[in-house]
Amino acid sequence: MTDLPQTPSAVKLGLVIDLDICVGCHACAVSCKEWNSGGYSAPLTDFDPYGTHPSGVWFNRVHSFEVVDPKGTAKTVHFPKSCLHCEDAPCVTVCPTGASYKREEDGIVLVNADTCIGCKLCSWACPYGAREYDEDAGVMKKCTLCIDKIYNAALEPTSRVPACVSSCPTGARSFGDLGNPESGVSRLVASRQGFDLMPEQKCRPVNKYLPPRPRQTVGASVALNKEISDQAGFLARWVDRIFSR
Amino acid sequence: MKFWSSRSQEQVSLSSQVADKVKTTTCYMCACRCGIQVYVKEGKLRYIEGNPHHPVNKGVLCAKGSAGIMQHYSPARLQKPLLRIGERGEGRFREIGWDEALSLATTWLADIRARDPSKLAFFTGRDQSQSFTGWWAGRFGTPNFAAHGGFCSVNIAAAGMYTIGGSFWEFGEVDWEHTRYLMMFGVAEDHDSNPIKIGLGSLRSKAQAKIVAINPVRTGYAAIADEWIGIRPGTDGLLILSLIHELLRADKIDGEFLARYTNASWLVIDAPGTARHGLFARDNKGNPLCFDGRYKKIVSALSPEANPLLVGARDLDDGTKVVPVFELIAHRYLDPIYAPEQVAMQTGVPAATIKRLAAELAEVAFSKRVVLNVPWTDWAGRRHQQMIGRPISIHAMRGISAHANGFDTCRGIHVLQMLLGAIDTPGSFRFKPPYPKAAPPGLKPVGQTVASQTAIDGALLGYPTDPADLLIEDNGTAKRIDKAYSWEFPLAAHGLLHMLLHNAWAGDPYPIECLFLYMANMGWNSAMNIGNSIKYLTDKNSDGSYRIPKIIYVDAYNSETVAYADLVLPDTTYLERWDCISLLDRPISCADGPADAIRQPVVTPDRDVRPFQDVLLDLGVRLKLPDMVDEKDQPLYPGGYADYMVNHQRSPGIGPLAGWRGKEGQSVGIGAPNPQQLNRYVENGCHWYQPLTPAQRYFKMGNADYLTYAKQMGWLAKSEPLILQLYVEPMQKFRLAAEGHGTVQPPDLLRGQVRKYFDPLPQWYPPGEITSEDKAYPLHAITQRPMHMYHSWGSQNAWLRQITDRNYLFIHVDCAKAHNLSEGDWVWVISPHGRIKAPIKTMHGVNPDTVWTWNAIGKRKGAWGLSLTAPEANQGFVLNHLIADLLPPREHKTKIANADPITGQAAWYDLKVRLEKCLPCETKEGAPILAPLQSNGTPSEKILRQGANIKDTPINISPPPFKEWIGNSDSYLEQKILQEDRHD
Repeated sequence: MTDLPQTPSAVKLGLVIDLDICVGCHACAVSCKEWNSGGYSAPLTDFDPYGTHPSGVWFNRVHSFEVVDPKGTAKTVHFPKSCLHCEDAPCVTVCPTGASYKREEDGIVLVNADTCIGCKLCSWACPYGAREYDEDAGVMKKCTLCIDKIYNAALEPTSRVPACVSSCPTGARSFGDLGNPESGVSRLVASRQGFDLMPEQKCRPVNKYLPPRPRQTVGASVALNKEISDQAGFLARWVDRIFSR
Repeated sequence: MKFWSSRSQEQVSLSSQVADKVKTTTCYMCACRCGIQVYVKEGKLRYIEGNPHHPVNKGVLCAKGSAGIMQHYSPARLQKPLLRIGERGEGRFREIGWDEALSLATTWLADIRARDPSKLAFFTGRDQSQSFTGWWAGRFGTPNFAAHGGFCSVNIAAAGMYTIGGSFWEFGEVDWEHTRYLMMFGVAEDHDSNPIKIGLGSLRSKAQAKIVAINPVRTGYAAIADEWIGIRPGTDGLLILSLIHELLRADKIDGEFLARYTNASWLVIDAPGTARHGLFARDNKGNPLCFDGRYKKIVSALSPEANPLLVGARDLDDGTKVVPVFELIAHRYLDPIYAPEQVAMQTGVPAATIKRLAAELAEVAFSKRVVLNVPWTDWAGRRHQQMIGRPISIHAMRGISAHANGFDTCRGIHVLQMLLGAIDTPGSFRFKPPYPKAAPPGLKPVGQTVASQTAIDGALLGYPTDPADLLIEDNGTAKRIDKAYSWEFPLAAHGLLHMLLHNAWAGDPYPIECLFLYMANMGWNSAMNIGNSIKYLTDKNSDGSYRIPKIIYVDAYNSETVAYADLVLPDTTYLERWDCISLLDRPISCADGPADAIRQPVVTPDRDVRPFQDVLLDLGVRLKLPDMVDEKDQPLYPGGYADYMVNHQRSPGIGPLAGWRGKEGQSVGIGAPNPQQLNRYVENGCHWYQPLTPAQRYFKMGNADYLTYAKQMGWLAKSEPLILQLYVEPMQKFRLAAEGHGTVQPPDLLRGQVRKYFDPLPQWYPPGEITSEDKAYPLHAITQRPMHMYHSWGSQNAWLRQITDRNYLFIHVDCAKAHNLSEGDWVWVISPHGRIKAPIKTMHGVNPDTVWTWNAIGKRKGAWGLSLTAPEANQGFVLNHLIADLLPPREHKTKIANADPITGQAAWYDLKVRLEKCLPCETKEGAPILAPLQSNGTPSEKILRQGANIKDTPINISPPPFKEWIGNSDSYLEQKILQEDRHD
């Protein structure tokens, strides 16, 4: 079993995911897969890639489904899900070797592949199903918030963001310090009533989700006034209107 | 004993050299053509990201684009030229060298060119170099060239070009910054992918616009819209005309816009039965006329001093009765047949909803004008201090296009936009330069005469405006193999790829000798009626020879069509070649300015493959085609396509690329070839973009600064205003011919069809009138494209197929109940043409009378490098089996194409089906399953460790602080307040 940091870090890096504008395009999922196929977690192994049951390691997956409310009104929901870098991360405390840990500097939850024994306790402990076991490597893998990208001095500044964030075409994903109430992401969460996923699990996830906005309406009357009843009425109304070019 | 591990934080390498080089180029994972930055380490692809400086995608990248690595390393890549040794379809080939391959192709083609160049049919699929491939076809001398537009969206493109001189997608876009109301008609999750997603995200985040999605299916974009209208397929036109009806009745029409920018005031001759009926009255200089209400006389409608009336019938001096266009519009659409109550049943949209939508359009257009304090000068030289716009924007795509009434439906959309004054104004739909052009552009299709060893000058695909422009013999038969520009499809501006195989097989209108296909998967998802398509490809004459004598196929991948070729020329992937995204072609401009781009080779091919554009130029040299060799038969472009991109001039000073022209790179648009041009592009991230000045950005059809600039750039011959065409006079010319006027008239069998469907004002007719109204098939069946797949290409991609490796037939929960179906059941889907087996899923977000599936997931066994047991080939399915290319004979016509009778657009969204639940004894796998193709080796990789062999090199440097990133900054920062002036 593994301790969380004695003094939780003040910096809490995480994602804010806007369910109002996610269109379910999978850009974040594939971009994540692509970046993390190299670097810290490489490879994200794929099994039977061209065969009957293609499967593989993905740190980020998008679920699309319909929700029907009690009134019978249905909505289509696109829901991207990855590790939420919880403050009370059960995947860390359950780890028998210390491989699963939460970083002191920024709160990112990582798995040390050198000490992971592949026992999968962490994936059982995670209520979000956000851990990915690489059977080929025999170790657990997971979202690293692109730790080998966000601090990478060799990259252009515009590239020093998690791959899922900079690729997102609708701008549904934001990244920053959720431990700082003045940060842009914290203000975004406050202004949009961002919420925790499954708060009853008491994991205190750092990542937040933003709910759909109210539907926009146009303050128009139900129907237009009928100024004109038929073709003759129309001509009468327009016959004296002189326009300029 | 201690069971608690102490925290042992590892040393994570935060900074490392992940690439030896980062090269910019242009994506080709779909047709958006986004800018990308490709990270290459030790010659291998490490990472692809969006180019933040690129005008199309501004740094974002979709799932397809990010999966480009796996497309590049696809096991389905062809390795060497192939020569068929078995029968067609067996997939038995001999690998040959390029010299042998090109010599053979040259022998075949030289023989054809010496006798009759039209015996070559050269058709391309999702070709991004059509201005080049079309030019090559013309140099060869065959009129038989087109790309896949006839299958895809010619209805949208042609309707736009004939009415507003532009169109959706590549020709125009939503004013995302200023719009207040966006209607999306038939827009699946595509076209154009990233710009729409960027725009929708920013629109919702600014929370100042309502988004209405009109689509039978509520998925991707429709899921985040404020309102979803699950319309019945093929009835959008009726909804649009009903909205027009409501707006006319409420007198919510922008008369000033109509008078200034459209032909609303133009006088139309009212002389039924004569050859002039329905044409514009013109003065002796050819100017259209209008009635000046101030001076009470008939004047040139083009005069800036005119004070037109928009209604009122008049008599010309010679007694001819005339009536303004707008009056005809009012008369037509005020007809009670367009009342919401009348159309509710057919469209499936309640009358109250239609009325409310009309009210919302009126409210936004007339009470929420957008005013920009940008002074500008109109075409007549008058200065305006502000740009005032009606912030209604519309986007439309495949769901409008792929019906047999799609041309008129799309024209209806443009009429609605014009009546609201919502074209190229702040907040509305906007043109992307080099559009607008004249409606339609003055390019007529060429190919009237074909002669041995002779090139055809001009554009093979153009815009007829008169029956005399058709490509027909004196007896009325088509001159083109696909019958484009014949009386069957007079305005077939993109050709008819979907009729090619049938006509070539049938020898109708004539037999061809060689079918030359590039990236057109005609053996599978790019054909309607797969069974017959395969028959056409393989059928033999009584002497044992193939009815289509020679087939050359070019592709980078082992698609379903490869097995049917006699000679296969393997192309490179998009990361291995030079390419250009040209303004002469399908541009990537923004409304704020023109743009073009290049591809540069990022990695070197590891196979014996060549870029197809280089191969075409090589063939051109071997065939000694004009403009490809000099007088000594030496190549004019010895450096291949990259050489052509720089040095080819379509007209003096105008070449494929508009940026950095002139000897020193000092010119844009027009200028001498610049030997350093490609270097300049590479330095600029492989693209060129020139922002318009603020004063040029709106009202482009009547903006003096813009029109002058467009002429300077060579896009317009004159800087005169471009008048939008509510009333499309060329349609009337075809109708008059059908009524017996003029020297070029349709054959009697087609007279009724032309008379009925060529209407100068858009009409609505049930697409079933063309296809089928058989009550035994009560359900509509359509496809949508998943955002992460592009046609058939996606399934070979190890990552994308993990997202979708099989498709389902989605049906409404009530429809499932009525058929006693539950989730996971299999059904027979039966059309008049055939039957397939499919697994179902139920949902609420679909029109109750519509079933649908994802496009092109189903694959043929053995294709695309997949194992024979791949779900795509065993549980996946395509609807193409159910769609006829030809409809059952009727009205004495033996052949009726399943197409729009105006443009020839393939009407594959008109499919009607019924469902029958599979019996318990029937297997849960697809049907029909065609015999497996012999693949180029069964994929052996059971475990794929992409990236494991690419090592990032740690660098010892203190890490920079993390950087915050807000997806949509407008969403929480103070909203940009637009200036608004309310007036009622």
